[in-house]
Parts: sequence; structure tokens; C-alpha cells
Amino acid sequence: MAYVREERGWARLILITVSFLFVALMLILPLAQVLSKAFEHGIKPFWEAVSDEYSVKAARLSALTAILAVLLNTFFGIAAAWAITRFAFRGKGFLITIIDIPFAVSPVIAGLVFVMTFGRLGWAYPFLQEHDLKIIFATPGLVLATIFVTLPFVAREIIPVLAARGTDEEEAAVLMGAGLWRTFWKVTLPHIRWALLYGIILCSARAMGEFGAVSVVSGHLRGKTNTLPLHIEILFREYHTLQSFSVATILVIVAILILIARHVVERVGRKEAEYYVR
Amino acid sequence: MSRFFIALLALPLALGWALAPASTAWAAPRELTNISYDPTRELYDEYNKAFTAHWLESQGEEIAIVQSHGGSSKQARTVIEGNEADVVTLALAIDITAIEEAGLIKAGWREEFPDNSCPYTSTIVFLVRKGNPKNIKDWGDLVREGVGVITPNPKTSGGARWNYLAAWAYADRLYNHDEAKVIDFMKKLFANVLVLDAGARGSTNTFVQNGQGDALLAWENEAYLALAETPDQFEIVAPPTSILAEPPVAIVDENADKKGTRDLATAYLQYLYSENGQRIAGKHFYRPSNPAIAQEFKDVFTLSMELITIDDPLFGGWDIAQEKHFNDGGVFDRIYSND
Amino acid sequence: MRAKKSKTLPGFGISLGVTMSYVSFIVLIPMFSLALESADLGPRGFWRLATDSRTLAAIRVSFLCSLAAALINTVFGLILAWTIVRYRFPFRRLIDGLIELPFALPTAVAGISLTVLTADKGWVGYPFALLGIKLAYAKIGIIIAITFVTIPFVARAVQPVLERLSPDLEEAGLLLGAGRARIFLKIILPEIFPALLTGFSLAFARGLGEYGSVIFIAGNKPFSTEIVPLIIMSKLEQFNYDQATAVAILTLVASFAIMFAVNRIQTRAALFAGEK
Repeated sequence: MAYVREERGWARLILITVSFLFVALMLILPLAQVLSKAFEHGIKPFWEAVSDEYSVKAARLSALTAILAVLLNTFFGIAAAWAITRFAFRGKGFLITIIDIPFAVSPVIAGLVFVMTFGRLGWAYPFLQEHDLKIIFATPGLVLATIFVTLPFVAREIIPVLAARGTDEEEAAVLMGAGLWRTFWKVTLPHIRWALLYGIILCSARAMGEFGAVSVVSGHLRGKTNTLPLHIEILFREYHTLQSFSVATILVIVAILILIARHVVERVGRKEAEYYVR
Repeated sequence: MSRFFIALLALPLALGWALAPASTAWAAPRELTNISYDPTRELYDEYNKAFTAHWLESQGEEIAIVQSHGGSSKQARTVIEGNEADVVTLALAIDITAIEEAGLIKAGWREEFPDNSCPYTSTIVFLVRKGNPKNIKDWGDLVREGVGVITPNPKTSGGARWNYLAAWAYADRLYNHDEAKVIDFMKKLFANVLVLDAGARGSTNTFVQNGQGDALLAWENEAYLALAETPDQFEIVAPPTSILAEPPVAIVDENADKKGTRDLATAYLQYLYSENGQRIAGKHFYRPSNPAIAQEFKDVFTLSMELITIDDPLFGGWDIAQEKHFNDGGVFDRIYSND
Repeated sequence: MRAKKSKTLPGFGISLGVTMSYVSFIVLIPMFSLALESADLGPRGFWRLATDSRTLAAIRVSFLCSLAAALINTVFGLILAWTIVRYRFPFRRLIDGLIELPFALPTAVAGISLTVLTADKGWVGYPFALLGIKLAYAKIGIIIAITFVTIPFVARAVQPVLERLSPDLEEAGLLLGAGRARIFLKIILPEIFPALLTGFSLAFARGLGEYGSVIFIAGNKPFSTEIVPLIIMSKLEQFNYDQATAVAILTLVASFAIMFAVNRIQTRAALFAGEK
């Protein structure tokens, strides 16, 4: 854990004030705007919008795609970070940049690449038709697009931390006879867990909120391929502003839940760390 | 430590399992997918209920209708890309033509149903602030100095193309077909445009919520929807001339034949022309194509407006109009280019 | 402190194998389909598109606004991460938790709320309107939207590194009588610089592609507030798949180049820190 030294004086005061101002202006005000719109006419219309059949279906679909995407990207992120920080190989800089591509691609294009591959115009379409498989405009497409958009998060968070640490401890573990799995589990993981956790949290939040890419591969079939963000946008475009902002509040609540989960995890982690020290 | 991380992994897996939608619905009813455009949700919500009941009564079969809404061209694109619609009910004929060119709809779809396959129509009107402080009555008032106009971008919004063409039609009459003067008028009009939103809904929000501009160019039905959300702040002005917006419908032949839903799809679109279907359209602020039913709504719609169609020699149909005005390098681009 | 390239550690084959196949399936193969699509255009068509004055204007707007937003976030992200890690004060947890909000909120909702706030009748826009400054429907609006969407990148990249920073060096610096500014510049900044750079480049690249929130606030007037993703969208609206993908590839190559350069600098910096 970081060693916290409390500084006193003007620097601390100024920095905290700046942080508060920035957060208030850029984050709390927009949030207040959303909430005030959602509860404009009290709790009843809000609840009706949220418990609507299609909202519930959209929420389930969003949860499913986000969970799948986060799981796969976490697994990938760990593998990528291990390969990149622990070994020297040709084309490493290139690989790192490729991992970043999804950030550089406009979400619209991120969706389009899958449409161009698996959709009716794509080269893989005849094969998919033959085997009666549906990827685009069905759940697999949503998952793929979400994975694409959130691919770099976990890897990106772990790589700097892992790179900043030497390999001495791991080498020692291996020399003492520990296998790959054990070395990673017992030696590496404890050091990267916070970074990993940040990565997972960013990845989950982004996966739940992703709109652009998912919108291209969804087809907007109500009750079938509409995720929460799509449902929110469609409600808005159909002149149901209140319902739209009410459903958006679900996503805000999810963000808060993720935050609480993180606190619990952090607290447990700290207790374990104390135990180790003793 | 490790037990903790196993829990961290197991939790989402369990959640995912629990949340996975139960897809084992056996003996599922036949499904009809209607891919439509943005503000038709209420219309088709009510119409689908009416049609499902009608079909059950006349054929004794239960059916389920899956609905999809979005920007018209975007929706057409998803059908081309493999979104398996049985029927499309879009905003512009050119969007359905694009599906036809992709080989999914057979040529001649415009003759398949009455009135060019347009069961309901609409037009472009102005939404102005209560009391009409800038006294905006006709298209000519929009180019006056100090009048702020809000319209979506014709390049990204199907609806906005109707706005543009309606203004063009007005100017063409005014200047007696002198195209240089018409373009000049259009330049003045778009110089008054304060915000060029990507879609119709964005424009309405800019005008209604954020208080920009003095007049919003909008589809009649959307103007009524905006009015319903904020009743006392705005009023609708119907200009003496405007354009006849014709949102067409069609069966997507390839999908309907593959899924064996042709009978259902045909009946679904035909029922739009029934008295019941026409009344539902009128109730949701679309002008019924059946003149007798349209008369029932004469207090809602200004039926005396002179409405020019896209097939008028002035425009020569969608394909020609799109090519001349809206494609890259077309007249609209020239209006905005610096020279 | 650079990681030594190990010959004794196991798992090279499996980790690289997993990485490469995943990246190929999710990124490379689909990207290849995209390139295939734009190939229809031919080099001449591509060149005409790349030199079109309106496309160029949009690219300029997108680049400048993303750059401004990324810089703003680098400064404030660093301050946020610093105060959260180093200080204890009321509502610290709240600030910490709110940082992810921009990811959780669908971009359209963010765009709509930000526009309401910054339009000349909004809570924030009104005082500025009195001074004659337009926020929404101007370039500043685009910068605000992109800044909002990319807030988490820098803060969350720097935070883990700051948390792991060993206090020994700083204490040594203090003992040797170095001032706080000096300690920050000479000891802390080199340590967090790679993370800072990562956050900056991610925010910048993400800003270039942002569509959902920006279109509501931008005004979207050609040559002044039109962004590249909007150009791509309007090509798609005309069913011009090849041109749309070509513009996409154009911006992709540009941001790829920037990220590649940043990654190189970062490797250098890490090397430099290691040799010290």
C-alpha cells in the first residue's frame, strides 16, 4: 500500500479545492441534470419507466454482454501484460499499439468492422448462413462489439505497474520450483491487484455504457437486441425524455454499485496486507 | 488472497448464468419483424395490438411482432447488412430503393400497395415560440435578418431532406424557376441556420430545451409530439405551400420468403389501409391517405396546404433529387462551401 | 527499475499465443475487412477524399479539440489522482468513485445534459453568455464534451503508479533539503511520466473518435464545428461504404501514428529511468 504522508499548507488546500471544483463542474452538475430530469414528476413515473418490460429486458442484456466482455478481456489483459513485460520479442512496440487500436477507432467504425466481416455484405456471411449462425443483429455481435471497445482497459492498466516492477521475485519463485500458475498467483498477482481492479472497473463501466459500436451491430430489435444505452437513446428520440433519463439513472446506480463493490474489495485487500505484515 | 480472487471470478459467472435470457420458448408463435424509423413508436405500438387482434380473430393464429426504430437510412442499412426484417416502414422511398438495389426487395414495390405504397403522409411545418414573436408565416420569413432557424442536417437526417426540398419548392415558385436565385435563397436560409443537428430529435431538443432559434423546421407529426411534451410554450405554423412527405412501406421479399411469413407480411401492410389502420395513423398525427378518414382529422391538420410531391417535375423523384442536392459535391454542399 | 527480460520465466509461448490469437480475431481480421471495403475506392478516389477541403476542416476541428481536451485532462487528472492518493479529506471517496461516471453514462445522455447545462440559458452557460462567450454550439462545446468523456483515462492511469510509489526517494530528497517542487519534478514526475503519457494518448485517441456526445453539443456546422465521425456518418447515410471507411482509415492511421510515437517515447523514458 502507498505510504500516506499528510502534508499541510497551501499546496494541499489548493489541490483539494481544484479537485472539488473540477469534479463539481464536470461530473456532479451533469449528474444532477440527469437526476433532476428523471425525478421531475416524482418517483412514480420514474418507477414506471424503469420497470417497463423492455427496460428490464434491456438491462438484462446489458448485464450479460458486459459480464462476458469483462471476463474475456481480463483473461486477455493478464496474458498480454505477462508476454509484453516479461519477455523481449520482435514487434513488441507494434503489438502494444495494436492493443490500443480500439481506443483510436471511432465507435461507429468499431461496429462497422464486424458488420463488414459477419454481416450480409461480409466475407464470412455465406459460411455463417450455411451453419445457421447469427452474429450481427444478435447477442454474439453485441458481445463482440463490446469486447472490441473495452479490449485495452485491463491490459493497459496492468502493463505500467508490471513494467515498473522487476522480475527478481518471480525468477526466485521459479528457481525454487514454482510453476507458472503458482508464480503468477502468489508472486505477481498480489502486486498488480489494484491496477487489475481498476482495469476491471473501467472495463465494466465502459462495457455497460457503450453506445456507438453496439448501436451499429444491434439492429435495435426491441426486447431482443436493445441494450440499456440503446434503449435510452431510442426513448429520447421518441419524445419520452423523462423515461429516457429515468432509465439512464439505472446506469448511474450500476456505477455506484460497482464503486461499493470496489470499496469492499479494497477493505478486504487491506486486511490481508496487514495480516501478511504481522 | 487466492480464494478472494476466485470469488471475484465466480460471482460474475453466476450472475451471467442467472441473467442469460431464457431462450427455450417452445411452440413460439410466428414472428414478424417490422423495421421502422424514429418517431413511429406510438403509432406501431397501437397498430401492432390492433393487427394482432385482427389476425387472431380472422385467422385464429397468435403472432408476435418485433419492432425496431432508429434513423431511417441507418435502419435501411441494417437490413442491407443482414438484419432480418419481414417488412420495412421507413421515412424515405430512397431508403427502400437502397434495399432494393442490394437485392432484398423486388423491383416494383411501389406499386405493390395503394398510393405509391404510402399508407399515410406528412408534411413540413414550423414550430415557433408562443405568440409567434417574429411573425413567421411562410418560408420567405425564414430568410429575414435576425431570424434564427433550426433544422437537422440533410446529409445525416432523412427528415431534413424534406425540409430542404420544401424550402426549395417555395423559392422555385417565387423566382419562377430561376435556379441561381433559388440557390441564393437557400444560401440565405442556411446562413440563418444556427445549429445543424445530426437528427430530427436533436434539433427539437436544441429548439425546445435549449432555447435556440425562432423557428424549427419539423415533420408535422414530430411538431405535435414536441408540442405534447411542452404544451404552453410553442405553436405550430403551417406555411401555405410545403412538401408532401411520403413514408413508404414494403415487404422485404428475400426475408419473408426465407422465413415463410409472406402472407402475414402482406396482410400486415394491407391492414394499414383499412379504416381502423387509417384512424390509428391519424391519431398519431400522420395524415391518412384515405381522404374520407383524413377529413375526420380536419381540426388537427391544415388540409388546405398546397403540398408538392417529390415526383413533381421540379424534383423528378428521389433518385434524381438525391443525386442533385444531397450527394457529396451536390447543391447542398455548394451552399455551405466557401465560394 | 525496468523489468529485466527474463530467460528463466515460463509462460512465454502461452501468453503470447493467447494475446496474438485474441488480437487477431477481435482487432486485426475485422480491421482487414474494413480495409478491403475501402479498397474499392482506388488510390485516386482515396486521394480526392483525403484532400477534400471539408474533410480536412473536420479533421482539424477533431484534432484540435481532442488535443485541448486531452491536455485539460492531463492537468486535472494528475491533480485528481494526486489529491485522492496523497490526502485524506471529507468526500474523498465520493470524488474517487465519481471518476468512472463518464464511462457508465451513455454518451448520448452525457451530450444532452452537457448541452442543457452549457446552452446560453443553462446553469453554466448563462454567466458566460453574459460575457459574450458561447459554450454550447461552438468549439468550446466540443472540447467540454470530449473532456467529460475522457476524464477517467489520465486519473486512472496515474493513480496505481502513485499508490505504488515508494516514499524512500522522496524522504531522501527531503532530508537532503530539496524543495517540494524540486522533489516533484526530479523524483515523482519521472516515475509517473509513462503513465501520464499513456493517459494522455488514450484520452486523445478516444476524443478523436467520440461521436455520441459531441453531436448534440457541437452545432455541426460545416467548416467550423463539424467533426470527423460526423463526416463518416453522413457518408454512411448515403450508403457510401467505401468512402466512409476510407475517412475512417485516414483518421485511424493518424491516431495510430500518434500512439505509436507515444509508445516509443514511453519505452525510451522507461529505458532512461532504468539506466539511472
